[in-house]
Amino acid sequence: MTARTINLNVNGEHKEWSVAENDLLLTELREREGLTGAKYGCGIGECGACTVLVDGQPSLSCLVLAQSVDGCDVLTIEGLARGGELDPLQIAFLDQAAVQCGFCTPGMVLMGRALLNEIPDPTEKDVREFLKGNLCRCTGYSSIVRAILTHRR
Amino acid sequence: MIGQHPADLGGHGGGGPTEHANPTETQMEDFTNTHILVGEFELIEPHTLAQASESLRTHAGEAVIMAGGTDLLVGMKMEHIRTKYVISLGRISALKRVDTNSDLVIGATASIRDVAHNSVVRQQYCALAEACQSFSTMQIMVMGTVGGNLCNASPAADTAPALLALDASVHLTSGVREREIALSEFFTGPGGTVLSDGEVLEHISVPAPSLSTGSAFLKMGRVAADISKVSVAVTVVRSEDRVRQCRIALGAVASTPRRIVAAESELLGEKPTISGISKVSQLVQQAIEPITDVRSTAAYRRHLAGVLVGDAFRQAWLRAGGGEIT
Ligand SMILES: Cc1cc2nc3c(=O)[nH]c(=O)nc-3n(C[C@H](O)[C@H](O)[C@H](O)COP(=O)(O)OP(=O)(O)OC[C@H]3O[C@@H](n4cnc5c(N)ncnc54)[C@H](O)[C@@H]3O)c2cc1C
Ligand code: FES
Ligand code: FES
Repeated sequence: MTARTINLNVNGEHKEWSVAENDLLLTELREREGLTGAKYGCGIGECGACTVLVDGQPSLSCLVLAQSVDGCDVLTIEGLARGGELDPLQIAFLDQAAVQCGFCTPGMVLMGRALLNEIPDPTEKDVREFLKGNLCRCTGYSSIVRAILTHRR
Repeated sequence: MIGQHPADLGGHGGGGPTEHANPTETQMEDFTNTHILVGEFELIEPHTLAQASESLRTHAGEAVIMAGGTDLLVGMKMEHIRTKYVISLGRISALKRVDTNSDLVIGATASIRDVAHNSVVRQQYCALAEACQSFSTMQIMVMGTVGGNLCNASPAADTAPALLALDASVHLTSGVREREIALSEFFTGPGGTVLSDGEVLEHISVPAPSLSTGSAFLKMGRVAADISKVSVAVTVVRSEDRVRQCRIALGAVASTPRRIVAAESELLGEKPTISGISKVSQLVQQAIEPITDVRSTAAYRRHLAGVLVGDAFRQAWLRAGGGEIT
């Protein structure tokens, strides 16, 4: 094993990381950068709590090798607000009380963002389909779906 | 590669009804440390397929290929797979292609989502589009690839029955030798394929269907976000009001995804009728070898296979331009 230096953008900031082959994107974000928004839920792709956007695409950071994001743009929940202003979707989550314990929320919001970037006017079916890999143990999902749907208007 | 075959991936792609795979289902104790990847290995990220083949030759027996990594990395985290070298295909942009100019060509690392979204695939290769859309989560569709789904060779791999019913072939290369084989000859058992050490799947090709061809894929899981208990794909070619050709393939009901040739010939040259279709369903039920596991009992799988075959046939027939079957 050899550590390698990689260059990437995290939330718009250039980063240079020295990472080993078996380092994972999730661990680097949380432990190196202190970006604890992305959560470790299951570690095997089933819960969506670790979701971040890599080059705009929703990715499970628990299953991404850090070395393979060399040259990529990574967006975590911490990078969604701009200049202290929450993203309108974050405001919609607050308005709809779509947050309880908050563990799933960063993944949910980023999935919602990715969906809205692709389909600005989604149906409820689109939203449920897009979010089916993100588990929430608290809200019962309705408020989350409502937040994404009300935001579109 | 050292250790177990990459097929043994617990409750994911490898979690189908595999008597022979070990372990067949993820046990709770397997979840001890999925925070990190404990195994040490070297990551090789070639920019061309030729370089990938060369690395594979150099490290023969000690390397695994990685496409999206959604099966491989789970297997490595669970320590079902140990390897010295991981050769990633992720930086070989030519392999991401989905080409629909004549036959459908799917490069080794085209994502499930890219295939699901392709407008030609949605119109002409319905069974494949439906199989890709049925994947359990959006993130897995973005990260996972059709090539990885086939090479992982889970009996429950969703794209496999669809591609079998569409008569797909796989193109394999070792960098020195290339070969093309029918997908129906590709799978050898749970997690097993005819890929030899040093060989890479380069692309998948699917013959362009005629206008009077229709296909459909149906899957039943426990919940929406799940892999299949049973999956079925049917392609029908229509000539006037009769069946000219038919291909039926199932997943999760035997040690590999497979075509049920005995049932395919039942309606050839005939007008499809309700009783004809139930005969086809019966033949399928007799030919499959389902097992009991956490997702389902063997008896329920057998029942469901019959129902889904009938439904998929009717859907495919409608899409082939045939009418409602009475
Ligand atoms: C949470 C979760 C949900 C899932 N849901 C589904 C589902 O609904 N349906 C389903 O069918 N599967 C599902 N899977 C399984 C998996 O995501 C799919 O099988 C996926 O298509 C694998 O593609 P990949 O590119 O990630 O493969 P990888 O993990 O990169 O590779 C899989 C195997 O194939 C080999 N390989 C890959 N590419 C090549 C190549 N070109 N040549 C030779 N060998 C190669 C690798 O060495 C490895 O052994 C799920 C997995 C997870 C973790
Ligand atoms: S922690 Fe990555 S999907 Fe659960
Ligand atoms: S708010 Fe608690 S898991 Fe979703």
